[in-house]
Amino acid sequence: MPLSGAPYGEHQVVLPEPFDESLKDAPIDLETRLEMFRKQHQIRQLEKRIYDLFLQGLVRGTSHLSIGMEATGAAFGVALRPDDYSFATYRGHGHTTARGVRPEPIIAELLGKATGLVGGKGGSMHLTSVEHGMLGCYAIIGAHLCIANGAAWSAKLRGSDQVAVAFFGDGATNIGAFHEAVNYAANYRLPTIFVCENNLYMEYTPIAEVTPVTHPAADRAPAYGMDATIVDGNDADAVYLAAQAAIERARTGGGPSIIEAKTYRHGGHSRADPGTYRPDAEVEAWMQHDPIPMYHQRLLDLGVGEDRLAGIVQEVAAEIDRATEAAKNAPEPPAEALWTNVWADGGSRWRN
Amino acid sequence: MAELTYREAVVAGIAQEMRRDPTVVFLGEDVAGAGGVFKTTSGLLDEFGPDRVVDTPISEQAILGAAMGAAMTGLRPIAEIMFSDFFAVCWDLVANEIAKTRYMTDGMVGCPLVIRSGNGAGLRFGAQHSQSVENWAMAIPGVKVVAPSTPADLIGLMAASVRDPDPVLLFEHKALYPTKGEVPDGEIVDELGKACVLREGPHATVAALALMVPRALEAADLLAAEGVEVTVVDVRSLVPLDTATILASVTETSRLFTVEENPRLCGWGAELSSIVAEELFWDLDGPIVRITTPHLPMASAPKLEDLALPDATRIATTIKEALG
Repeated sequence: MPLSGAPYGEHQVVLPEPFDESLKDAPIDLETRLEMFRKQHQIRQLEKRIYDLFLQGLVRGTSHLSIGMEATGAAFGVALRPDDYSFATYRGHGHTTARGVRPEPIIAELLGKATGLVGGKGGSMHLTSVEHGMLGCYAIIGAHLCIANGAAWSAKLRGSDQVAVAFFGDGATNIGAFHEAVNYAANYRLPTIFVCENNLYMEYTPIAEVTPVTHPAADRAPAYGMDATIVDGNDADAVYLAAQAAIERARTGGGPSIIEAKTYRHGGHSRADPGTYRPDAEVEAWMQHDPIPMYHQRLLDLGVGEDRLAGIVQEVAAEIDRATEAAKNAPEPPAEALWTNVWADGGSRWRN
Repeated sequence: MAELTYREAVVAGIAQEMRRDPTVVFLGEDVAGAGGVFKTTSGLLDEFGPDRVVDTPISEQAILGAAMGAAMTGLRPIAEIMFSDFFAVCWDLVANEIAKTRYMTDGMVGCPLVIRSGNGAGLRFGAQHSQSVENWAMAIPGVKVVAPSTPADLIGLMAASVRDPDPVLLFEHKALYPTKGEVPDGEIVDELGKACVLREGPHATVAALALMVPRALEAADLLAAEGVEVTVVDVRSLVPLDTATILASVTETSRLFTVEENPRLCGWGAELSSIVAEELFWDLDGPIVRITTPHLPMASAPKLEDLALPDATRIATTIKEALG
């Protein structure tokens, strides 16, 4: 008897549930919604541009795009206070953008330029901007959940009312650090918000094939005395409401939360992956459950003019174009940069 | 001047820094209520309270993650990893996260924290609670590594580590906890990256670390009785490494011996030997000799553990034979 219930290569197709149309009437003001609309476009257009730059051979190494998953980051980007902390994964261009980091330093970082967000030393998987509360993108699964707890602990001790949000994928729920971090946060009632972006695939393997519960993050929450919220991760309003509640709870001493946002990658895991292991019917259904056209229609239904929405899309496109040109024209890091910033004194000496 | 044990020096060092700086916090397994499994942290909970002295679950990744996140956002954490062998379960946090963050963010984010840990053999705990892992630590760019051998050095290097803006791994030697030493009155603050010459002699330089320091000094006594006078250097800090002090000594003595508790391959003495061979080759009168624990896991039986660790007799004999 094989361990897995399904023959190799076949797996359960998970289709999206229809968007909840009643969210149109959710108590979210229009400016907030327009900001989420803008952020989703900023992320989508940035990711598309990064993809194009790959095809042109200008972005080296690897990159993990979040096309199709923009709503989670965008909603939190709007819901968080500027001094709150975000911790993201190697799939972090979107979360970084959502905190207000402009596209130029992000693209420059991916192109290996001196004007990159972290001087060309981090690359696609390590975008960080302290001034935006973006405390980093982490490329080893699980660690940053533990690190987010530290920022939350520090905020609690300093009495600053800040919260820390850790975004992670479904795959992260099976590494020990996830369980250590959730237990730790729950035990000390830390203002940490754990946001699982469940896109159904850990990397290439369906999460359901390697996880004995249906909701890899939410179903584990009761083991730590926590409630969890499951939301449509492709509906910015749904994520925003969950984010608001979790942030309020964390700020007022109510402790951590787990939010599981159901979503889907339009592409593969990384640059190297065409994602062909996914059933066509599943991909098709999720492409139709795209967060961006849905939100566009919702705003039209709420009475926003098409001109206004088109204007936002145009502004974003123009900034991405300008950013791309500036990043392309920027110099590479000077050779001396190799030797700087290992230590706080700016250098890298390990002996006298 | 007071006499303290190395064990008492741990709590004295932490308390000195916690009194000085309210952002210093301390966390680890059994460190608060129980005062540490080696009784090295007794009294801290009473003096500083549960917000600053935290008993954690057995979750080494959560401990070091909490320390790192706190360090990134304004605190100065001291985290205890009870036995240094346990670094193996939290190496991601140390090697990938804490060590690399400043470089990966081009200086934007630092992690001013201290990870202190009980290191080394001598207590018959067997292979999973007796390793000397300082060589693992010094192989990681981005962390500083110190290993004091006396109570006074422990307090001073603890203070220097807490005040340093970079992450420091401080290895306490478990077998040294009951040993005693004179400790000056008042605040003690030492310096990272500074070796100490403890004894001077013209025939050879003996570089040692942690538990190997008292053993090297004992070996020096044995050698002196036979007319061989050696210089003993307590290396103290592996990163930064005070090569200047050691190179200066070897220039005088023309011979170098290292006494290392770590298993042989890639021990700190190998790096030191390489530096001396490259930079002082023509000053040497004979081969550099490394005296180490063999490349073995530690055995539990007293007889076998004692055979594995360099002791004064083996150190003295090896030096005498090599000097001819």
